Amino acid sequence: MVGMELSGSSSKAVTARALGLVVCRNCTKVHRLGEAETCARCGQRLLSRDTKSLQRVWAWWLLGLICYIPANMYPMLQTRTLLKVQEDTIVGGAVELIHHGSYGIAAIILIASVAIPIGKFAAVALVAISVVRPSSLSGAKLRFVHEVVEYVGRWSMIDIFVVAILSSLVQLNSLAAVQPGQASLFFALSVVFTMLSAQAFDTRLIWDTRLQDDTA
Amino acid sequence: MNAAAPQTEINPDEIIVCPTCDAAYHLQRPSFDERAVCERCHTALITPRRKAGMQIIALALSVLILVVAAVCFPFLSIRAAGATNSISVLETALAFRGEAYGPLAWVVLGFIVVIPFVRAVLSIYVLVPLVFERPVYRGAKEAFKWLDRLHPWSMAEIFVLGCAVALVKVADLAEIRFGAAFWMFCGLVVVVLVQDSFLCRWSVWNSLVHPRKQ
Repeated sequence: MVGMELSGSSSKAVTARALGLVVCRNCTKVHRLGEAETCARCGQRLLSRDTKSLQRVWAWWLLGLICYIPANMYPMLQTRTLLKVQEDTIVGGAVELIHHGSYGIAAIILIASVAIPIGKFAAVALVAISVVRPSSLSGAKLRFVHEVVEYVGRWSMIDIFVVAILSSLVQLNSLAAVQPGQASLFFALSVVFTMLSAQAFDTRLIWDTRLQDDTA
Repeated sequence: MNAAAPQTEINPDEIIVCPTCDAAYHLQRPSFDERAVCERCHTALITPRRKAGMQIIALALSVLILVVAAVCFPFLSIRAAGATNSISVLETALAFRGEAYGPLAWVVLGFIVVIPFVRAVLSIYVLVPLVFERPVYRGAKEAFKWLDRLHPWSMAEIFVLGCAVALVKVADLAEIRFGAAFWMFCGLVVVVLVQDSFLCRWSVWNSLVHPRKQ
């Protein structure tokens, strides 16, 4: 690992904005602030801080939350067997698995489809609120929260893939047939919207309000 | 005009700025197999690897072959009480066809097949001229931008774990057989993950503008 020498002489980080510079977030080329509107190397618009980023974060966040409600109300899977038709919501399906004794799978479903989405809504809101209001969380902690959200959020799609595999595989004529339920569409939309919400956030905002305690 | 003085002293080309937290550092290029990391937020800034370009091209070619093969060969089959059903990866995504879910079928197909395939094509398109020291292809910068943008939407590894969950769900009701495509898909996941870990964005952008050596 190469330790980068800091531009300033102290151990505190010096921001590009303080030096009158701006970095292209697409290709990381450094420009003088105000010298160009777009990056000379890749053509991306140059913004020292994306001031509209929080608006986009909240807009996608709200859309994701709205879609998450029907995703839990409607059935995710419809199972038709010889005698009956059974419709399971996300939580209902997990409870069913627990009754059958498949605790591990029930845990995966509950974590991926309930704990992670709800945790994501809370985490994105926490980060977005912390950059405009004073909070006791350090920059490193907030960055960690945001990084986890970006990394883990995609894994919620697993439930959609399970529905896709089950409803294509379990097509045994009259014996048993599985169909996707309405919730799958809303759930997929919710995952996509929350991923877009996390991506819309300009992480540089995290450190602007907490320049004192950010080296941890 | 004193305030402008610090701006004119600094040469932006000798500075590297962390895109995640905006911390600025004097640019020091790490040698091969070293990593330059932002001291404030620990984002990896430069991660050069010896022969990375050639290795990524080779891995991308294997991704292309594995995706095509995984689509063609049988993926999973099920048997219960005399009834059988065999599916391919494409049929899995198309489980969502129908009036209400039509778009979802395309989204799932995109996440598990199309996007990994497109990213492999893009990485070959960008890296081949750099590795073989030829002029960069037209639109290479745009291609590299999309290679990066599509990264979070490439979900082959999540799909494989989804298979495991689905199989456990039906394991006690029916007999499941893995087709050749299943194992190819598992291989695909490993190759994609290795390929992404080899890529150094900073080095590629640098070579796209100064095409001499990587």
